[in-house]
Amino acid sequence: MKKVQFQSPWLPYMLLMPQLAIVTIFFLWPAAEAVQSSFYLEDPFGFGSTFVGLDNFSDTLTSTDYGRVARFTGVFTFFVTFLSLGIALLLAVKADKVLRGASSYKTLLMWVYAVAPPVAGLIGVLLFDQHVGPIVDLFALFGWRMQIGVDYFDTSFAMIVTAVWKQIPVNFIFFLSGLQGISKSVQEAASIDCRSGIRRFWTVTFPLLAPTGFFLLIINITYAFFDTFGIIDVIVKNEPGNNPVTLVYKVYLDGFRGNDLGGSSAQSVLLMAMVFVLTVIQFRLIERRVHYT
Amino acid sequence: MNKLQISDHLILLAGVFFMVTPVALTFLTSTHDAITVYKEGVQFLPGGKFLENYEKVLFEAGGFTKEVDGFVMLKNSMILGFGFAIGKIVISMLAAYAIVYFRFPMATLCFWVIFATLLLPLEVRILPSYEIVQSLGMVNTYSGLIVPLIASATGTFFFRQFFMSVPDELLEAARIDGAGPWKFFKDILVPLSKTMIAAIFIIMFVFGWNQYLWPTLITTDESLFTLVRGIKQILQVWVGAQIPDFNEAMALAILAIIPPVLVVVIFQSWFVKGLVESDK
Repeated sequence: MKKVQFQSPWLPYMLLMPQLAIVTIFFLWPAAEAVQSSFYLEDPFGFGSTFVGLDNFSDTLTSTDYGRVARFTGVFTFFVTFLSLGIALLLAVKADKVLRGASSYKTLLMWVYAVAPPVAGLIGVLLFDQHVGPIVDLFALFGWRMQIGVDYFDTSFAMIVTAVWKQIPVNFIFFLSGLQGISKSVQEAASIDCRSGIRRFWTVTFPLLAPTGFFLLIINITYAFFDTFGIIDVIVKNEPGNNPVTLVYKVYLDGFRGNDLGGSSAQSVLLMAMVFVLTVIQFRLIERRVHYT
Repeated sequence: MNKLQISDHLILLAGVFFMVTPVALTFLTSTHDAITVYKEGVQFLPGGKFLENYEKVLFEAGGFTKEVDGFVMLKNSMILGFGFAIGKIVISMLAAYAIVYFRFPMATLCFWVIFATLLLPLEVRILPSYEIVQSLGMVNTYSGLIVPLIASATGTFFFRQFFMSVPDELLEAARIDGAGPWKFFKDILVPLSKTMIAAIFIIMFVFGWNQYLWPTLITTDESLFTLVRGIKQILQVWVGAQIPDFNEAMALAILAIIPPVLVVVIFQSWFVKGLVESDK
């Protein structure tokens, strides 16, 4: 906090009013509501609700469907996070090194940031379409007959590729700015001590990038959980029956389509707990352990 | 050394190819007629139907219920993008100013209440949020579309960081000269924050423009559809048809891509600065 501050009995409250009002009405209230209705079983036609304790949670956690969706979410998150981080890191290291055309590469590699997830999903639908999609034709040459929307594995593959494509720019921007923050003297000292560029990368550059990397890890997990909703919704084309979906999509599906308010709320609360843990990790552990500068 | 440079360029070019090709193919496909696309698949060369297709999606009310055309959706996207970005900047600057520059009881409590919103994205509390907005009668209104999205504290957090880095001497000097809180804010803090405001504006504009889940729930009236919200309808009506109109669907997708991409590319340095510094 500042050493010098204004003092006024009412002005700070006036300034905070709009933000606090919005937070209370559109954040605290719905969050409280979600927690509350997760303990109730609501009549689908709106004729009251009964308190059922932790039944919604135990029903959710023991259902095979939830298990399947949770497993897919885990696999999906893993691949999206590591592929997009890995590709972005490689591109950022190269873009930091080249002398010619560095700024053109930078622009060309990051503009996809501005493409909305559902639009990315629509492009995925086009390119992976069984009828017109060139990617399907390409893989058919190798004997892989892709059936997006029908085959579970193929659909997951298309979702992961689309989600990775959409996420590379953010990771690229952060890695590149992290790389540019490494001081020239450190790099020069390293290049005198060690001639192998690859070894130098793993022993000097990579550890120095670790704080950025861990920060991005959390960002990417959050992205794979929540921001991919648009991609998934467009690729499954309203037929989520046999298709892979993520936990967030299931909250939406059960709540708005299945009219299962209690179950949907219980899933929301489980997700809230998960996000809460992730954020605490982000603020605590990472800040403390991975700090080299 | 030379060889190494060439391999670096090859890797970067492969990356650029991976990032650019999908959108390039989308654009090329949108310049053909539906039959060609249906018969021959995604097109790799420009066709002759560019003006025709884009004129049709922009100005011909069609697609779903003959009520909304691409131009209306473009307008709604603009309203959402600008409304969200401006609303967020104004509200969060005021809140951050109060938190950083005033000493008052309950300051810490207010701080934590606001920053708790960083913990839970809209997606996890989507159903109760919808019910509350509905009970307030804000479904199918611009305010119902924009205001609940502002509830997250990213902007406040960002401005708080920035205000903390402004030297204390400025406030001392201003106070000696007799400037009150309002004058200090208007004549010193806002001009100082210009670059920051620009950076956060770009990020928030893109974020608002690209919203999908919330508009999908809140707007059922087609005259309020944004381009990104319209994607789902595009899919059902055009791609689901007997001969799917991939060309027109992709023309709308390109329309939804162009404005935010232009903003990001033109104001690239501000955008990168805002992104890297705001997420810390």
